Amino acid sequence: MYRWLLCFRYLRTRYIALASIISVTLGVATLIVVNAVMSGFSAEMHERLHGLASDILIESYASGGLPNPEYHVDEIRKVVGDDLAGASVSVHVPAMLGIEHAGQVITRHVQLVGIDSATYDKVSHFGRYLIHPNNRDEVRFDLREAGYDADREEFPIAGWQYRRRKAIETKLIEQERQRAEQIAKRYEALQAPSAADQSSAADHLPADDELDFGFADDTGLSAGPRFMDGPTIGQNVPAELSGGGANEASVFDPATEQYAGIILGISTCSTKWRDADGNVRDTYYARPGDDVRMMFPSASDNPKILNQRFTVVDLYESGMSEYDSTFAFVPLDKLQELRQMIDPQTGVRSITTIQLKLAADADLNAVRDRLRQRFPAEVYAMNIQTWRDMQGPLLAAVQLETTILNILLFLIIAVAGFGILATFFMIVVEKTRDIGTLKALGASGSGVMSIFLSYGLLLGIVGSGVGLLGGLIFVHYINDIAGVIERITGQEVFDPTVYYFSEIPTIISPLTLVWVMAGAIAIAVMASVLPALRAARMHPVAALRFE
Amino acid sequence: MSDIVLSAHGIRKSYYKNELEVPVLRGVDVDVVRGKVTALVGRSGSGKSTLMHILATLDVPDAGEVHFGGRRIDNASRRTRDAFRNDQIGIIFQFYHLLPELSALENVLAPTMIGCSLRDYFRNRKETRRRAEAMLDRVGLLHRATHKPSELSGGEMQRTAIARSLMNKPTLLLADEPTGNLDTETGQDILRLLRGLNQDDGLTICMITHDDAIATNADICHRMKDGQLMQTPRRVKAVA
Repeated sequence: MYRWLLCFRYLRTRYIALASIISVTLGVATLIVVNAVMSGFSAEMHERLHGLASDILIESYASGGLPNPEYHVDEIRKVVGDDLAGASVSVHVPAMLGIEHAGQVITRHVQLVGIDSATYDKVSHFGRYLIHPNNRDEVRFDLREAGYDADREEFPIAGWQYRRRKAIETKLIEQERQRAEQIAKRYEALQAPSAADQSSAADHLPADDELDFGFADDTGLSAGPRFMDGPTIGQNVPAELSGGGANEASVFDPATEQYAGIILGISTCSTKWRDADGNVRDTYYARPGDDVRMMFPSASDNPKILNQRFTVVDLYESGMSEYDSTFAFVPLDKLQELRQMIDPQTGVRSITTIQLKLAADADLNAVRDRLRQRFPAEVYAMNIQTWRDMQGPLLAAVQLETTILNILLFLIIAVAGFGILATFFMIVVEKTRDIGTLKALGASGSGVMSIFLSYGLLLGIVGSGVGLLGGLIFVHYINDIAGVIERITGQEVFDPTVYYFSEIPTIISPLTLVWVMAGAIAIAVMASVLPALRAARMHPVAALRFE
Repeated sequence: MSDIVLSAHGIRKSYYKNELEVPVLRGVDVDVVRGKVTALVGRSGSGKSTLMHILATLDVPDAGEVHFGGRRIDNASRRTRDAFRNDQIGIIFQFYHLLPELSALENVLAPTMIGCSLRDYFRNRKETRRRAEAMLDRVGLLHRATHKPSELSGGEMQRTAIARSLMNKPTLLLADEPTGNLDTETGQDILRLLRGLNQDDGLTICMITHDDAIATNADICHRMKDGQLMQTPRRVKAVA
């Protein structure tokens, strides 16, 4: 009884001891904040990595891919059994993206993915990252009339309304160009009879180009429509790669027709930048309604480069820059057809990748191992991986970071333990006479010891409790705090041009809280063991005489 | 012999300073008689405080035995001695030794809190509290019950210490220079209080003092010099 009374009294009257546990408080608070942010980050990352990657990915090494996917999916279903929640086949092929923008061609290297829009969204979070709300519910490779700006205020006009406007502009410009050409021809004809003036006529020829470029410059701001209807992609692409025929182009009416649809990763066709006021803005080189080119190898043993036009029908923004800047999605059938992955005799189609979604409680590694047993690497040219295997280095790096931060912060609390030790020794010395008195009144050594151990326990509880509270409050207001720091230092804590989340993600796991609290309290108690032992062993007479 | 509450025989105790033996007690025999006030008088350094610590089992003699109620206690287990100090004797000190964090009432309660478990304490806390208040009332300090020792005068602190020593109904009260730190008048008050406790409640008191005037007031007076009792106990007053 007396021990609790005394240690509560000591707690209330010895402020120096409270000072010594401030470091425990800070350590606990920091640990909680760091763990919350780290697990928030990694959960967000896992979510996004996992979202696109599906649970298990089976890739074929061969450029021609894997024939007869139905057979493979059936075999997989036999192996995996009830754990299989969904499967989707697709074709992955490295490709070069060409975007015509302001009279220039921007090329990007991308991973072109032919997807089966009916099943693909079932194995991965594909649809939810699309810009058009209707596509999120059901992915379609047809250009929509409008509505791409549903969730983003500054998104430029896109869709059919944009495509029609551009087609009219292009037509007008073409008419104007032809008119200018006629004028030039007539002018040339006027000059032609005079043989002496031939050199001057030659001087005038470049004037056509100047005139031409003049138009291009006027309209360049609206995404270079001069290049949109012509079969050529621009001066930068060799003629043999530009694909398509002049006849085809003359038949094709961009105002009412579209090429095969393509969904581009948002970073493949846009950049984020900061205006003079520091606001983050996006510039789109291509948007839904624009046509882009894709160059990719055919599936034959002697691959040729194919060049194909696609119409952008939507953009894809997952927030993972790795995905957003490398992926472009087209319909599976179209890609198989273009790459000649359909056997001309049997009509059997080939694919390169099978993505599996498993039941929520399935053991990914066990399923992977079973699949590897069924499709041994020596026999099948297949690579079977879970999404964790694929992102192994990244996940391991984050895990390592979390572990090391935890160790470091726990060391801080351990250092705080030595502060408690020193303070406790001081308090024991200060309380020597009281210890003598207690012993004279019949308190046992272990009773005296328990006073100081309880005191350590109580300090640990108070210190880590305050730390817990502080940490939780900090985590709760972390975005506001980041805002305040931003205002004070002028340095953006969380740069949206770098990170794709506008808010700092946090997750508080109760288990971590329990561990951190228990660890901090244990350290406080351990630090009080030595001083408590010293108090317990004190000779009562010596203690009573202590001045 | 049942009249003798506490008896010590052939008590020897030495201290060592730089391996030099400094004998403090050189074979002391002393008996404390039930219901009497026994005084041990001696100048400082005569070993009287050491003797009292040995009698109170706060210290262990090098040689000799201490018996309490016929039982040897100087070599008893730590636990037995702790229990003995807690229930059987009350001790008051020259410097009061109140716990500064506790109020006067809590200081009086301290021996009971030490003596019983948390559960027992809570079971009897009302009764215990009433008893502590009665003790404070007995020493005339009930109105100061909630004051901290730092807010009390020397005399009040010593009264609180006396109330505390009586809390567990001790058989014997050991007092180490109870008036040593007080002015004469306050000291006389304390002595009157102790004498009153002896006469009214029949409390056995063993008091250590350097003041002959106080010693002469005791029933039995032992005089100490150089670690020995000078003479056989002198009866100051006829036993009533």
